[in-house]
Amino acid sequence: MKPVRVVRGTMVPLDRADVDTDQIIPQRFLKRIERHGYGEFVFYNWAHHDDDSPIEDFITNRPERSHARILVAGRNFGCGSSREHAPWALQDWGFDAVIAPSTADIFRNNSANIGLLVVELPENDVRRLMEMAVDPAATITIDLERQTVVGEGLEATFDFDPSAKERLLGGLDWIGMTLTHEESIARHEMGRPAWLPVSTGSETS
Amino acid sequence: MFEKVWQTHVVEPGDPTLLYTDMHLVHEVTSPQAFASLEQAGRKVRRPDLTFATVDHGIPTTGRHLGILDPLSKRQVEALRDNCARHGIVMYGIDDPRQGIVHVVGPEQGLTQPGMVIVCGDSHTSTHGAFGALAFGIGTSEVEHVLATQTIWQTPPSSMAVEVSGRLPWGVAAKDLILGIITQIGVAGGTRHVIEYRGETIRGLSMEQRMTICNMSIEGGARAGMIAPDATTIAFIEGRPFAPKDANWDAAVSAWESLVTDEGAVFDKVVSIDASSLIPHVTWGVNPAQTVRVDGVVPSPDSFDDAQQRDTTIRALAYMGLEPGTAISDISIDHVFLGSCTNGRIEDLRAAARVVEGRKVDRRVSAVVVPGSMQVKAQAEAEGLDAVFLAAGFEWRDAGCSSCLAMNPDVIPSGERVASTSNRNYEGRQGRGARTHLVSPAMAAAAAVAGHFVDVREWEGQ
Repeated sequence: MKPVRVVRGTMVPLDRADVDTDQIIPQRFLKRIERHGYGEFVFYNWAHHDDDSPIEDFITNRPERSHARILVAGRNFGCGSSREHAPWALQDWGFDAVIAPSTADIFRNNSANIGLLVVELPENDVRRLMEMAVDPAATITIDLERQTVVGEGLEATFDFDPSAKERLLGGLDWIGMTLTHEESIARHEMGRPAWLPVSTGSETS
Repeated sequence: MFEKVWQTHVVEPGDPTLLYTDMHLVHEVTSPQAFASLEQAGRKVRRPDLTFATVDHGIPTTGRHLGILDPLSKRQVEALRDNCARHGIVMYGIDDPRQGIVHVVGPEQGLTQPGMVIVCGDSHTSTHGAFGALAFGIGTSEVEHVLATQTIWQTPPSSMAVEVSGRLPWGVAAKDLILGIITQIGVAGGTRHVIEYRGETIRGLSMEQRMTICNMSIEGGARAGMIAPDATTIAFIEGRPFAPKDANWDAAVSAWESLVTDEGAVFDKVVSIDASSLIPHVTWGVNPAQTVRVDGVVPSPDSFDDAQQRDTTIRALAYMGLEPGTAISDISIDHVFLGSCTNGRIEDLRAAARVVEGRKVDRRVSAVVVPGSMQVKAQAEAEGLDAVFLAAGFEWRDAGCSSCLAMNPDVIPSGERVASTSNRNYEGRQGRGARTHLVSPAMAAAAAVAGHFVDVREWEGQ
């Protein structure tokens, strides 16, 4: 994972609440076994006609938005399915960050694990960003280190999970990090009760 | 109870805590990238014996002798088969008589037991909480992490009690109860929380009913849902293939009995619901909190004070092709889907079969039963339920996720309306443009016969 420190860029406003991961990437695009190549399927059903031709007006199809790096969305963004394909698709499209008043737990975790910065700001600040984002050239800066979002007439701070922050700033291999706890893991394994099931035998006695 | 399960799995304390996972359930859609990067990093699966796989999301439910015709779905299933073979992981493949939806198979085989931590790359992993396990959905990067380390980092969640009092009235299902709870707390009401469902009403529920409730915890945004184990739980597990045997059984039972919730337990949030006031529910919109009683009407956007909720309602009504004020019982349907990890278990099929017995599916409706597992299918056939469904005009399929998420060929066509026993009525969930109404199995069965929604209580009385 590449380190994430500062995301500076223009925005795509998506003023909808409860955007679920089925909208971020519909099920029929989850059949691939690769991690990349999902960008063109972002919000597919909202962005395309039934005959698969793009809906010109849909915000992610607007040419003036094509270089945007920050998605600004309504509350409870990313609810529903655990598909990591949702943050993969947003990242593949070109987003480096999502800002919303609230986000779903699994989506937030998945995003942190792949280096997509998810920032939760108070409703009023998000409203202000939605207004600013009407201008496709309006630029804001998210600084993860300082936990701030700064734009014209806006300076907001946000809470962020300290361990996710450390991982994002360092671009760390978290499995490698966890494996440094090998001794603790092995100790826990020694103490597990004998009755717990193992999948390799349908008799645990 | 949650605290006890959490504490016994702490590998490294703190925020986040490193938790040990007792069982990692794997399926074909969210795992291939995890295995690929695990191998790329030169790592191995730490505990293949605590990992279990089955195929469910993308496989066909009919014509299996022809193989998987969709080349991409076929490649996913083959990737899982190869990955499991390479890493020594047990997999119930498409031809296995024990194959089924991962959240049906785990409990059915006795792999799901109280006090365990269970994870799976699927949000409905919350189902297993019905046994007093801490079970939650994870993403693919976390799947890789669990494969490599058998552990997972978790921020300690907040706790929420859902206290259910009063008897579930006759004709009202566990599905109606959980839809009622979600409508009360909202689709984000459980965010960052683990829900514990408590109270006399919950104690009186069967394991199948408890699984329906815990299954949909995620639809209220919760990290997990749990129900303390009791005699019902223990009786369900006893004798299943992976249940502890002999001396292990006695040790396990005494451990499970210690998980009963303290009466004085303190929760960060408490929600109460009176089950005796419930009647069957039908969703009218595009999320599981957009629900109304079967005797109600489609709401008007003006009935909401909140601007974003009004906007969401307008959008939902447009997608659903519904006018405010329409009586729910006036909504005609084109399809009925009976199945899923929410309502694809034997009791669900029995409840639906009772309603359709001696009746016929309306000629405008195409109705399908997809058992949650091949074992459920076999059990239903042993009870003659297949004959009841077939005589009524239902199709009788093989097990899988099917139309619940429509990754396989069971896609509901655009613009058509489906009464579905599944868990999500999101836009496009059951097929692009498909219009989903979530209901209980009995309500789905009655709708199949009538061709529109009806209050099944009026029928079951006959």
